[in-house]
Amino acid sequence: MKPVRACAIMLTLAGGGAAGAAPAAAQGIPISPPALAPPAPLRVPPVESALLSNGLRLYVVQQHEVPVVQFLLSVAGGGRTDGPRPGLASFTAGMLDEGADTLDAFGIAAEAAYLGASLNSGAGWDAIQLSLKTPKRTMRQSLALLAIVALSPNFKSADVARQRELRLARILQQRDEPQAVAALAFSALVFPPGHPYHASLGGDSASTVGLDSLSVRRYYGRTFRPDRARLIVTGDVTLAEVRAAVAHRFGRWRAPQQPPLLPPHAIDALSQSTAVYLVDKPGAAQSVIVIGAPGVARTSPDYYALQVMNTILGGSFSSRINQNLRETRGYTYGAGSGFEYRPLPGPFIAQTSVRTYVSDSSLIELFKEFRGIRDSAVTPVELARAKSYIALGLGGEFETTGQVAGQLAELQQFGLLLTSFNTYVPRIMAVTAHDVQRVARTYLRPDRLSVVVVGDLARVRTGIEALKLGPLSERDLAGREVTR
Amino acid sequence: MLPRRTLLPLLLLAAASPIAGQGTRIRVPYTIDTLKNGLTLIVHEDHSVPIVSVNTWRHVGSGDERPGRTGFAHLYEHLMFMGSEHAPYPMFDRLLEAAGGDNNASTWGDATNYFESGPANALPLMLWLEADRTGWFLPTMTKEKVDLQRDVVKNERRQSYENEPYGMAEIILGEMLYPAGHPYHWPTIGYMEDLSAASLDDVKEFFRKYYAPNNSTLVVAGDVKTADVRRLVEQDFGGIPAGPPITRSVAPAFTLAHDSARVLEDRVQLPRLYYQWHSARQYAPDDAALTIAAYVLTGAKNSRLTQQLVYELQLATDVSASQGGRRLDGDFSITATARPGHALLELQPVIDGELARLAREAPTARELAQAQNSIEAAFLNRLERVAAKANSLNAYYYMTGQPDFFQQDIARYRAVTAADVRRVVADYLGAPKVVLSVVPEGKSSLAAAATRATP
Repeated sequence: MKPVRACAIMLTLAGGGAAGAAPAAAQGIPISPPALAPPAPLRVPPVESALLSNGLRLYVVQQHEVPVVQFLLSVAGGGRTDGPRPGLASFTAGMLDEGADTLDAFGIAAEAAYLGASLNSGAGWDAIQLSLKTPKRTMRQSLALLAIVALSPNFKSADVARQRELRLARILQQRDEPQAVAALAFSALVFPPGHPYHASLGGDSASTVGLDSLSVRRYYGRTFRPDRARLIVTGDVTLAEVRAAVAHRFGRWRAPQQPPLLPPHAIDALSQSTAVYLVDKPGAAQSVIVIGAPGVARTSPDYYALQVMNTILGGSFSSRINQNLRETRGYTYGAGSGFEYRPLPGPFIAQTSVRTYVSDSSLIELFKEFRGIRDSAVTPVELARAKSYIALGLGGEFETTGQVAGQLAELQQFGLLLTSFNTYVPRIMAVTAHDVQRVARTYLRPDRLSVVVVGDLARVRTGIEALKLGPLSERDLAGREVTR
Repeated sequence: MLPRRTLLPLLLLAAASPIAGQGTRIRVPYTIDTLKNGLTLIVHEDHSVPIVSVNTWRHVGSGDERPGRTGFAHLYEHLMFMGSEHAPYPMFDRLLEAAGGDNNASTWGDATNYFESGPANALPLMLWLEADRTGWFLPTMTKEKVDLQRDVVKNERRQSYENEPYGMAEIILGEMLYPAGHPYHWPTIGYMEDLSAASLDDVKEFFRKYYAPNNSTLVVAGDVKTADVRRLVEQDFGGIPAGPPITRSVAPAFTLAHDSARVLEDRVQLPRLYYQWHSARQYAPDDAALTIAAYVLTGAKNSRLTQQLVYELQLATDVSASQGGRRLDGDFSITATARPGHALLELQPVIDGELARLAREAPTARELAQAQNSIEAAFLNRLERVAAKANSLNAYYYMTGQPDFFQQDIARYRAVTAADVRRVVADYLGAPKVVLSVVPEGKSSLAAAATRATP
């Protein structure tokens, strides 16, 4: 296939009977891109805070454009404290709105919807979160519902059993999803057993089958406590307005006697030598490729340089990986890369879905890009574009109440404040081509990458073997070796 | 992380989108102008955050394609990013990224939209790029570019349909419900052989026929001054000539004479049942009542089918219903996945029974209010984003002729009575339907029966 870049010189075809407009210049229409006025400086909204007498920390950000209010209750815990039962935090989070106080699942759903509110719960690696978006008009009733769900869940056996069976069915269905299979196998292979990220946040069938009311109650009892919780409120409110209402609903919440569950001591997830893991999906229309390694901490001083490096490598549409695999070769609908930041360093991942017969060619190109960004400095144009893309795009991340609450919660997870955004732009703009190359060489090691390919092995195996990227084995979605 | 230029499933912000009303009156102030060449410009100022959204609708969609060239409107959308005379490839993306902006586009049966968003100071760049590919698109278009994006789109089809569990169901349902020749009979993504057949000449013809300024509407929303926007748009777009008048496709009237059923074996673990009926087009008198009926059936955990199938009888892992009204026509669907160990035959009597009950007895006042409040709340949430407001202004203008149709749209749902819900369930969902079973390979015994619903 002809590289697209060659097309830029085919202007000789111009005009060719086109019903287009007359030459632009003749009409006084600008023929080169307009110069732009300087962008508005980033305005990070101010955060007000208060501490309730029971230890619950309250944060408020005012956004008065639309009469809605977003509540985000975040309780420290999450997948990192699952212990021997992966998926426990996530399952517990999902059980909160299945029955609380005098309301069953139907009662909670009916009340939320009637109030025009949406109530959602879930677990991350470091916290369980309950989110409530409500019209200002019904804020007080909605807040009462949030308090009931957060503080008085029932965890009835019948409800736990039903949700457990539903979760088992979803785990079963993941086998159908080539991208989910690739992600599961990747985590199991890159993070060693005993590491919190070895298993899926949602658990597996073995850990789920034993879930019962008692295990959920125990986990909840040790995790849900005001001294380990934060309530973020964004939208059409003031601190004064919301403080009394929150104290009324959450003021009687008390921490249990037992100490909180703490995450286990970190196990080092050392990068292994490059190895190839194949997962069979007979008849698959494409191959899913996931390549990566344990990544880096969000609080690393290299964070800003890494963001710039990844934007150039695979973090934007114009990135090298997407340009090469999609726009030059037409192998895929899209390809990209990213560092996932978690309380313990999450993975670096590059991924794509490619047409089966170019699975090996795609691996060649991906490794070429990994080496390329290490071997030579990025161009000044690429560097400037990536920095502007990150720095100037940031303003759009503070538009909705949900976005602002989410930003605040994410930063707090890493012990950072929203004011850290005040230095974000200058720190991105300070990154040099040398910095980019240095972090690429430090964190992106082509000799220490795990390569997972989910596809029709009868058609792709030989080609991938011939690349000799490293030892090759066939695996199942849990990362276990398959022998034939 | 995975890029854009994705194909939106069905409607963008269609009927089922959502203010938490009862007293909240929504207004989105705007100005509207038409340039001499027919380009319509709508501007909405919102100074809360220093960002801007440019949203351009081209009034052509996959429903306007001709036989043998399905998927072309969407392939053409991809080509719109491949460079124009003064912004040759790959300037479009690179200039926008360098200004902190993002962009994307989507194609569906009725129209194609293109959008750029980013810091407000980037507006002149966004407009200039959009103008260049409106007026000066063909000069740099080549067969090589068509070939390349043809491959990308074929991979999109493989990724989102062929390699996706249950991914082919949407395509098959359209073919089963809408008669051959109906604009919604074929999928927006197109058939592989038609994608293979698309040529550079097709691109030129499509450009001349559908991409003229008089077939486009441009919405600018955000931290801008209306006078500045008008001046820039006149400057960048004013010299592009109008095209010939456009003839759009029409939908033949049809009714299903009887139920039809199909079974598809797929690489899935659990069987899934699809029911689909011919219903009402978007904004037709019964469209809102059908949307509320869908909510009463599956909109929340306490909705009737969800409560029965997922909670009480525990036969299904999920069930969802939706009214899909589009410009020319509409369909209503119910989708349910059986729990492990259960067959679709077991789900059918429950669904049929609940439909029959709702066709006999109107929903309660509380059920109706829950549906209305929930739908209204979603309207309010949508107002938080300028990009969503921009797209709604364009969508409302296209469908109703009034850009700020938010309040009227909410009023449609408020006006629905419990008796309306009962009537539309009896009328539309009591009529013949199509039944599709997607079952694990070799497990056709888990399929549904091709019986008539009994309301």
